[in-house]
Amino acid sequence: MVLHTPPSPELVENIIPIADEDLSRKDYASDVDTRWCPGCGDYSILAQMQRSLSNINVAPEKMVFVSGIGCSSRFPYYMNTYGMHSIHGRAPTIASGLKLSRPDLQVFVITGDGDALSIGGNHLLHVLRRNVDVKIFLFNNRIYGLTKGQYSPTSELGKVTKSSPVGTTERPLNPLSVALASEATFVARSYDTDPQHLQTTIEQAARHHGAAFVEILQNCNIFNDRAFADYTDREVRDERLLYLEHGQQMLFGENQDKGLAVSATGLRVVDAHGPDAGLILHHDATRPSPDVHQLLARCNYPEMPVPMGVIRQVTAPTYGDYLDGQIEVQKFKNRHDIAQLLKGRSTWQVE
Amino acid sequence: MTTTSPQANGSGNTATASGGAAIQERDRVTVRFAGDSGDGMQLAGNRFADATAVFGNDFSTLPDFPAEIRAPAGSLAGVSSFQISFSKHQIFTPGDEPDTLVAMNPAALKSHLAALTKGGLLVVNEDAFTSGNLKKANYPSNPLADGSLDDFRIIKAPITTAAIAAVEDLGLTTQNAERTKNFFALGLVYWLYDRDLEPTLDWIEQRFGRLPNIAEANRRALFAGHAYGETTEIADAHVRVPPAVLTPGEYRTITGNQALVLGLITASHLTDLELFYGSYPITPASDVLVELAALREFGVRTFQAEDEISAIGTAIGAAYGGGLGVTGTSGPGIALKSEALNLAVMTELPLLVLDVQRSGPSTGMPTKTEQTDLLQVMFGRNGESPLCVLAAKSPGDCFYMVLEAVRIAFQFVTPVVLLSDTYLANTAEPWPVPDINQLDKIDVPYRKLEHIDPEDFQPYARDPETLARMFVPPGTKGFEHRIGGLEKSDISGDVAYSPENHQRMTDLRGEKIRRIANFMPELEVDGPDSGDMLVLSWGSTYGAVFTAVNDAREAGHEIAHAHLQYLNPFPRNLGDIVSRYNKVLIPEANTGQLRMLIRANFLVDAQGYNEVTGQPLSARLLTEAIIKMASE
Repeated sequence: MVLHTPPSPELVENIIPIADEDLSRKDYASDVDTRWCPGCGDYSILAQMQRSLSNINVAPEKMVFVSGIGCSSRFPYYMNTYGMHSIHGRAPTIASGLKLSRPDLQVFVITGDGDALSIGGNHLLHVLRRNVDVKIFLFNNRIYGLTKGQYSPTSELGKVTKSSPVGTTERPLNPLSVALASEATFVARSYDTDPQHLQTTIEQAARHHGAAFVEILQNCNIFNDRAFADYTDREVRDERLLYLEHGQQMLFGENQDKGLAVSATGLRVVDAHGPDAGLILHHDATRPSPDVHQLLARCNYPEMPVPMGVIRQVTAPTYGDYLDGQIEVQKFKNRHDIAQLLKGRSTWQVE
Repeated sequence: MTTTSPQANGSGNTATASGGAAIQERDRVTVRFAGDSGDGMQLAGNRFADATAVFGNDFSTLPDFPAEIRAPAGSLAGVSSFQISFSKHQIFTPGDEPDTLVAMNPAALKSHLAALTKGGLLVVNEDAFTSGNLKKANYPSNPLADGSLDDFRIIKAPITTAAIAAVEDLGLTTQNAERTKNFFALGLVYWLYDRDLEPTLDWIEQRFGRLPNIAEANRRALFAGHAYGETTEIADAHVRVPPAVLTPGEYRTITGNQALVLGLITASHLTDLELFYGSYPITPASDVLVELAALREFGVRTFQAEDEISAIGTAIGAAYGGGLGVTGTSGPGIALKSEALNLAVMTELPLLVLDVQRSGPSTGMPTKTEQTDLLQVMFGRNGESPLCVLAAKSPGDCFYMVLEAVRIAFQFVTPVVLLSDTYLANTAEPWPVPDINQLDKIDVPYRKLEHIDPEDFQPYARDPETLARMFVPPGTKGFEHRIGGLEKSDISGDVAYSPENHQRMTDLRGEKIRRIANFMPELEVDGPDSGDMLVLSWGSTYGAVFTAVNDAREAGHEIAHAHLQYLNPFPRNLGDIVSRYNKVLIPEANTGQLRMLIRANFLVDAQGYNEVTGQPLSARLLTEAIIKMASE
């Protein structure tokens, strides 16, 4: 038997708690000294997060950052909001319990490639599958930084690190593919050195109703420097990145002279002024099927441009919508009298 | 039929029944139903328990079933049993050896005959004693024919064929007709013990009302079994146990797992907080998740997590949000949750963890009972990690211990582990229904803190009496702060690495748990308050130990008994109590976990009585052990 009660429409909208007064970036910064290495990509992400929250003007007391373990997971200490620096890989679980029991809060998860995809891989799949209304920001630097330089589940095959002195022997995971395979309702990518794009992406995630997954390419200048430089460096990014915009053609290149079209085996690059220009795809983030989204997620440098922006955003009731809907319906349909519950199905009287 | 004199407990008075046949009157009887997993023994046992409750006996039940859902039919691995003991006096255990064994097939006989009292009554389904079934049960010859059962009184009833005959004209499939045999057996046992059929007939109507044919078949099988008892010459087995004198009031039947569920709903009411229950299915704790999931109308949020770690993670999230965050599991789940449990220790959050213990190590025997998680929940975490541990002593006590655990969790802002076990989870007993209006509200301290001046707020400042930290959940303006698993600076809660601070915080975390003892009842001793011998017990062994101590007293020994429901901290007077006796005996269904704690804490040469069989302690064997030690 399948019982599927669609939640009432007023539940299916994202309500961001807004502060009474206008808040600036510094209102979201705590007085704790940041302790990342000088030059770490995390500094930029922190700054853009604070700016994004200030742009939305989120009420800080309604904001909770939950993190796991790793360099990125120190993040909550630097935000003047509520926060919990929890245990390795488990932030999605704590965030889920918090959000489901406190729907009034805005819950962000800060995690890294090791935290989210290795030790916490299971939880990531399930929080996305369930569409719990939490926003997950995965700082991907393709290395274990806090433990000083071991390979991570996103390190390239053959990568030489401290724990793989003659190269790794395992293939990396693609975070976006994992998120799409988990039926995430919001999947996006940005990177640390494009402040404007990162701010916009964070705001889009914050405004999404449901689980949002954002991969942020983040440079670890100590243990894996220039991991993404081949395509994120200012000089090459126009040629090698594809900035996705919902409804717009998938064009890239310095003069928007190239585009993506469907090929027999996936996607291919075509000349925007050539004979196949008419085949260039329009980006549809809201497409229910994740097929094209998955093809985009699999576009890697150097064969293809690397996509940035919102790959997928679809509307679906959240876990909380269903759960609260059930509670509402059952309260309406059934008695909730504790005295009666304590008596059970039948009682007898002893004189 | 072979007849020897019955050896059951009791006076053996005879009375005359209305039909003219003699009915013997007894104080207490223990009956065990045993059959194939598919034979409906649990159902028959539960119906018998209901009928017994209505009749007015005190009773206690012991379901025992294999972990396999359907082992091959007729095999030894597939035998499922249900024992019920009922009495005209208050009783505290489901009985050791049954006086009557109902064996639905050779495998059931083989598995359970050893437990039957010599001279006890054996009811067998002779139809099931085919050569195939005998072979499956490894019987070289038919025990019904080879004289090996001569020590028992036997009723050989053609249960299968008689049940099928009773429902013959209803047009059921052979399989469905045969499935009524448990009702036939039940009807026969009802006659033997003079139980009323009404409660079972009502139940059949409720349960099968929408399938009138099946309902009628079960009714007919029940009547046929009853009539079989009446008309066959087994009059000397007709026994009556008069109603018990219980404290007046309204009663219901309850199992430990049901009591946990009711306790949680009640705690939600008494704290005025919504209940969040994060859990991963695991025997024998799954019932709690299943039953709570059906109570959405009480605002219950059940969350079936992807694993044990997620289950406790979500409960911690709910607790951090200011709700009633609870997770429930069994021993293997506790092992998986230990890192997260430590996060709750470090962040000092009010979290309740239910551990319905089962037999281990590893997967062990998932459907069998044991008290082997005590040291795991006390010490099974990295670092110095004190938390509060409580243990329920009976099915109904699970209800009150949940309320107590929740009270402590909020008053002291600490995780609390409540221990139950497979035996308590599944055993049923009559339970006086509590009056919800007579139960004390449970105070939630953060409600007051939310109204103080934010300038006076420090997340790790502490109440001077309880040492509870200032816990304020997210959402309150001006109180924004961060917590986490890194060591906290005293008072401010900032991350801190200084040696002095770590020593101080370690001491504070320990002292906070110790101070719970100032806010809980002292331990009461039943019997002399000093002297030769104390029996000290904890958890689900209460009934067996209470019974054994009383039996030893009746044999002329002066023995004190104390039972612990608070394992960490111990009651303040425990050290004093254990030092006042020459001998201390600690019976446990483990190899001596409480004994280790008592010896380590109080330097007392406590001795153990330990059984690790997967079954509840035997009151009879324990009585012998107590008498032996008392006589030394």
